Amino acid sequence: MTATAESAALSPSVARLRARFGDAILGAAVVCGDTIVHVANGQAHDILAWLRDDPAEQFNYLTDITAVEYRDTELPFEVVYQLRSLDRKADLRIKIPLDPTKDLEVATVWDLWKGADWLEREAYDMFGVAFKGHPDLRRLLMWETYVEGYPLRKSFPLRGHFTRAEQTRQALGANPEAHYSMEELSIAEANTDLPQDVRERLARGERGVLR
Amino acid sequence: MSSRTVEMELQTPTLDAEGRVRHVPLGVSDSAYEEGFGSEHMLVNIGPQHPATHGVLRLVLELEGETVLRCIPHIGYLHSGFEKLGEYRQYNQLIPLTDRTDYLSPMANNVGLALAVEKLMGIELTERCKVLRVIACEMSRIISHLVWLGTTGIDLGAYTPFLWSFQERERIYNLQEAWTGARLTTSLTRVGGLMADIPEGWEDGLREFCRTFPSTLDEVDTMFTRNAIWIGRTQDVGTMSREDAINYSLSGPMLRASAVDYDVRKDRPYLDYETYDFDVPVGEHGDIYDRYTVRMEEMRQSNRILEQALDRLRPGPINVDDPRVILPPKSRAMSDMEAMIYHFKQVMEGVKPPAGEAYMGIENPKGELGYYMVSDGSAKPVRWRIRPPSFINIAALPRMCEGALLSDVIAINASVDIVMGEVDR
Repeated sequence: MTATAESAALSPSVARLRARFGDAILGAAVVCGDTIVHVANGQAHDILAWLRDDPAEQFNYLTDITAVEYRDTELPFEVVYQLRSLDRKADLRIKIPLDPTKDLEVATVWDLWKGADWLEREAYDMFGVAFKGHPDLRRLLMWETYVEGYPLRKSFPLRGHFTRAEQTRQALGANPEAHYSMEELSIAEANTDLPQDVRERLARGERGVLR
Repeated sequence: MSSRTVEMELQTPTLDAEGRVRHVPLGVSDSAYEEGFGSEHMLVNIGPQHPATHGVLRLVLELEGETVLRCIPHIGYLHSGFEKLGEYRQYNQLIPLTDRTDYLSPMANNVGLALAVEKLMGIELTERCKVLRVIACEMSRIISHLVWLGTTGIDLGAYTPFLWSFQERERIYNLQEAWTGARLTTSLTRVGGLMADIPEGWEDGLREFCRTFPSTLDEVDTMFTRNAIWIGRTQDVGTMSREDAINYSLSGPMLRASAVDYDVRKDRPYLDYETYDFDVPVGEHGDIYDRYTVRMEEMRQSNRILEQALDRLRPGPINVDDPRVILPPKSRAMSDMEAMIYHFKQVMEGVKPPAGEAYMGIENPKGELGYYMVSDGSAKPVRWRIRPPSFINIAALPRMCEGALLSDVIAINASVDIVMGEVDR
């Protein structure tokens, strides 16, 4: 399968990327037969847009977005994009290295690929990466009032930050009706159109919480 | 034992004494029905406990009359943190976790994970192992599509094909049980090979299945393909254009129904899929009907692949001869010092891939299942990312539902073919 992996050459896209973006291409490598390109955070959006639109590249399919944090704290935090060109049958992995001790912030690619919507929300939910410009960056798998942190960060213990007792206390103390609040339904505009008596009823907490 | 008296209201609970609606859905005025009827938008909550959401999916719909203006899916009710858990497990210990993600095609997930770790380690599999893994993948495709067919039929009001498809599925489950000892949580593969070879005479059971299975498909075909109700409920409903399907990163039958000819088995072959003779069905319109025809044809093609794989099956080892990943035979571990050391290191430390990373995508029944493994050279992955096909496919649900009717939402949701175990992981 990958007997020739280490001898495999870099994807030709790397040379074209270097010619066009110069210093923004921080490095490139072939690992297990896949080409990985490290790009600077500031120009990552331009690079991804160019990869999608350039007629020689045509990376029109976003396979995946995720993030990697290493156990080795010397290594940078990485936001990883798996790109694919369906017509050229080529793959490319783009990585944006970030400093894990600072705020994790990259530009959204939702404007390029709509499929990025939930992938970015999941990366935000699990790692706390803020995707600037994402239209609806909310928690996705965890609930919206979840306060323990970002579960897939290495600083997050397997059982969570809180003690089991505290987790139980929070779960029992939660208002299950609040899951049906207008905020959680995320239809804030429709809320303003509701009749006054319904809004009063909601405000009294008879059906969820209205703030 | 003391008795308790419970007072009950003996009247229609939703109407007050004057016969007016007392508890109204959110967004509907408390005043008489006719007044301003239809001028307000209604919010409808479906799920998380609802048979038509195929698990614990919750949809919040904003309706104008019966037309969906907005659809907001809420997920996470089955979130188990598999990816986090995987960072605390050895590579072979991830395999039982993959059973529990897409639990309608566990064997294919097992194969995907093993392939990802083997790509990381550069392991070349034995011939028999490859053929058996192809059989496992294609059996999974058939049972997963059969569940889809049956449940979608029920969602759209056809009960009989559900019974037929579940009967056929039962036969594959019996084969899975005979092979792995488990019907659902198969944990079939190991890095570098398989947990077990097929038992004697097992091929005959699969051959018998391959021979008779197409007739069941023909029966379902008779019931659905030219059925006026089925066509009315599915054609031009939930359409995704070719451009949208690519832009939304759809994969598998969802992508192919939208006229995109992309199948991982053909375009990035693994397990020698390029040597099998099979066709990739591609739809035209990207609606529910095309997704149905694509999946029906995929089952026939899987049946063809199974027959070819059975013809190719030759005796031989199922595991690679590599002490880094495979336990030595018990007899040698007890008599040979070197074998015993390998046995000890395997059990105590586990498989140790070199530092590096690999992304392995396979064509699962639901779409492209990708495993992205990052290793730092230790026995536990630094990062185990699952690219879940149904998570990415269901993310396009709002795009497909908006502008459709409320009843179409059920059909569209069914057509995506989701498994919440995989969506939430």
